[in-house]
Amino acid sequence: MADQKASTAIEAVESGLAAQGYIASRQIATAVYLAQQIDKPILVEGPAGVGKTELAKAIAAWRGMKMIRLQCYEGLDEAKALYEWKYAKQLLYTQILKDKLGEVLGGAQTLHAALDQLHDFGDVFFSKEFVEPRPLLQALEQPGGCVLLIDEIDKSDAEFESLLLEILSDFQVTIPELGTVSAITPPTVILTSNSERDLGDALKRRCLHLHIGFPEQRLEERIVESRVPGISQTLRRQMVGFIHEIRSLDLKKLPSVSETIDWARVLVLLQAMELDSETVKDTLNVLLKYEADIEAAAPQVTTFIAKAARSNVFG
Amino acid sequence: MRENLHRFFRAARGVGVHVSPAESIDAMRAVAQVGISDRTILRDTLLLTLAKSQDEKLALGDCFDLFFSQPERRQDQPEAGNDDASQDADQSPSSSSASESGEGQHPEALGPLAQMLLSQDRNAVAAAIASASGAASLSDIRYSTQRGIFSSRILDAMGLQRLRDDLDGLTATNPALAERLRAALDALREAVRDTVSQGLALYAREEAENLRNEILRNAPLARIERRQIAEMRALIRQIARRLRERYSKPRKRQRRGHLDVRRTLRRNAAWGGVPFLTAWKRKHRDRPKIVALCDVSGSVAQVSDFFLLLVHSLHEVVDDVRSFAFSSHLIEVSDILEAKSPEEAMAEIMSKVGFGSSDYGSSLADFEKQFMSALTPQTTVIVLGDARSNNLDPRADVLRRISERSKRLVWLNPEGRLAWGFGDSEMPRYATFCTVVRQCATAQQLERAVSDIVAIYR
Repeated sequence: MADQKASTAIEAVESGLAAQGYIASRQIATAVYLAQQIDKPILVEGPAGVGKTELAKAIAAWRGMKMIRLQCYEGLDEAKALYEWKYAKQLLYTQILKDKLGEVLGGAQTLHAALDQLHDFGDVFFSKEFVEPRPLLQALEQPGGCVLLIDEIDKSDAEFESLLLEILSDFQVTIPELGTVSAITPPTVILTSNSERDLGDALKRRCLHLHIGFPEQRLEERIVESRVPGISQTLRRQMVGFIHEIRSLDLKKLPSVSETIDWARVLVLLQAMELDSETVKDTLNVLLKYEADIEAAAPQVTTFIAKAARSNVFG
Repeated sequence: MRENLHRFFRAARGVGVHVSPAESIDAMRAVAQVGISDRTILRDTLLLTLAKSQDEKLALGDCFDLFFSQPERRQDQPEAGNDDASQDADQSPSSSSASESGEGQHPEALGPLAQMLLSQDRNAVAAAIASASGAASLSDIRYSTQRGIFSSRILDAMGLQRLRDDLDGLTATNPALAERLRAALDALREAVRDTVSQGLALYAREEAENLRNEILRNAPLARIERRQIAEMRALIRQIARRLRERYSKPRKRQRRGHLDVRRTLRRNAAWGGVPFLTAWKRKHRDRPKIVALCDVSGSVAQVSDFFLLLVHSLHEVVDDVRSFAFSSHLIEVSDILEAKSPEEAMAEIMSKVGFGSSDYGSSLADFEKQFMSALTPQTTVIVLGDARSNNLDPRADVLRRISERSKRLVWLNPEGRLAWGFGDSEMPRYATFCTVVRQCATAQQLERAVSDIVAIYR
């Protein structure tokens, strides 16, 4: 019985994401469902432009939650990702209070009493008042929950990964001066990675591991259909078929889904009804981002168009 | 199902997917959420929770398909209803021992296994095999040599003894039926053999692989057989990966640099900005500098293949590596190693300078002439080679100058210590200028040597 519920729930995820224009494969939908059920972050890996970041946006839009994004880069640290003390404000307050200090301490007869009073005073400076929350802390503080996107985690340093571990497993953060801040509602965490660097086992262990590769032809057609509504069915089939042929080449950078969508838009703008080698050659630079790749692909264009057309007959 | 999942985790470990207890708990929780009736969802769920990389996903996917292609053990429902005789075949092979040889014509008088075989109910037989392999704990199988013993254990558990008695009885009374039964028994043996092979594929891969790797690790590099080279390469790459993981982490102990004004102010905010506590910017330590000279001449051709592979991995671990390859003369190969995949790079290097007869003297002279400026007092120089210079001038003086200019000079020699100094080996002469001289003939020694070299920079 629970099984029935699961498969319908997974379908619900699929259609929910589809309503936001994100056509998810079953694996993706299963991952999203599981992440919610067992409160685990999803680590999404795969080539650039297959919709890793889009997934987070779609989940946020579907659930009507805020999306908080943390873009990772080399040198990203605690102060920029987690929280920072508003030290300017602290300094300003100290300056203002300097004059008052005499009054505060005036009542104290002994050094000891003065110290006690100063002690209370000092603690104020390390209170919530003076904390500037950065994305990670913000995400924990959202009362209604949120989608936290930690984008391109492979770009950050290995140290930063360890910083994330506490958040990822327990949805809490320890600020030495304040204590532990736990999430009000655990956020849905999506981490993305282009595998530029191998991530640590500790991080991987805490996440569901989802690999999004290039989609299958059918799925990609549906993605184009939902993203570029004006495109004719024949053209859609032909272009997706063509791109699948291109991906079989040994190129520096294979065209991914985002390029497919761009290309579809371009073709619609050019009011193309069918693929012909002339149009393809003119617009190849939308698909391929290196001169060498374009040169490698150009002679094959006619064959690929023919192949794409043929595969449609049988597909 | 719980038990089935545990067996699956073992199978997963068998294909090299690391499944820690914590991960298996996660997987259990996830499975509890999605249930087990939908195979595709179950497959996705296990792949999501257990696999940590695309490679692992593929391996685990195959493993899943193989694992669940086996019929499930019917332990949860001991009496399936339709064919209960087959179910207690393993418990009571002699329960219906009322049969006498005279009444052997009637199939009813035969043992349960014989009846099942004659009825040709394939599902029942498959289920019986599955439950018998459970009873024989097939998941303990480790080595291919255990095939026979597990096969006979399973057959025994299914009631082979009783079947033999039946057969003996039948040959006298009903030869035709006996013939049929014998054929069915042969088919059964085959099915059991298949089951055992499958079990071996599922559960034994890890152990077998570990054993093979252990042997390979300690095998002399120069004497590796052709068919093992691919495996050896994989092993070296594994070593390289481990080195990378261990050493590409940021260097810990950092030294103090300039005053960090921002952090100092922040720390002292409570005291009105009077800097009681100071914060310092950190200065990075010296970046490791390595210069590797690799002999690729005919005498060490096979070993140098692995040397190059390791030097290639050094390029990934250490920022500043320059590598040179030589046999009769020396060229720089850093760019080739950096830009290409190991196989391509090695092929190119070998085609450029490989396989010649080695001339250490002129190669060292080449290095001194062109690349001496690459050496600084921070550089570690690694020479990989057998120091056999074909009785040509060894030019130990050049090596001395190299040693003087650099921090350390490490010589890794694929030959055993006993051979050093005999024949055309110039090792003793070179050794006087080396900081460290090591024999480096097996993958394990290679790993240790490189690990030590990289470690001193931490």
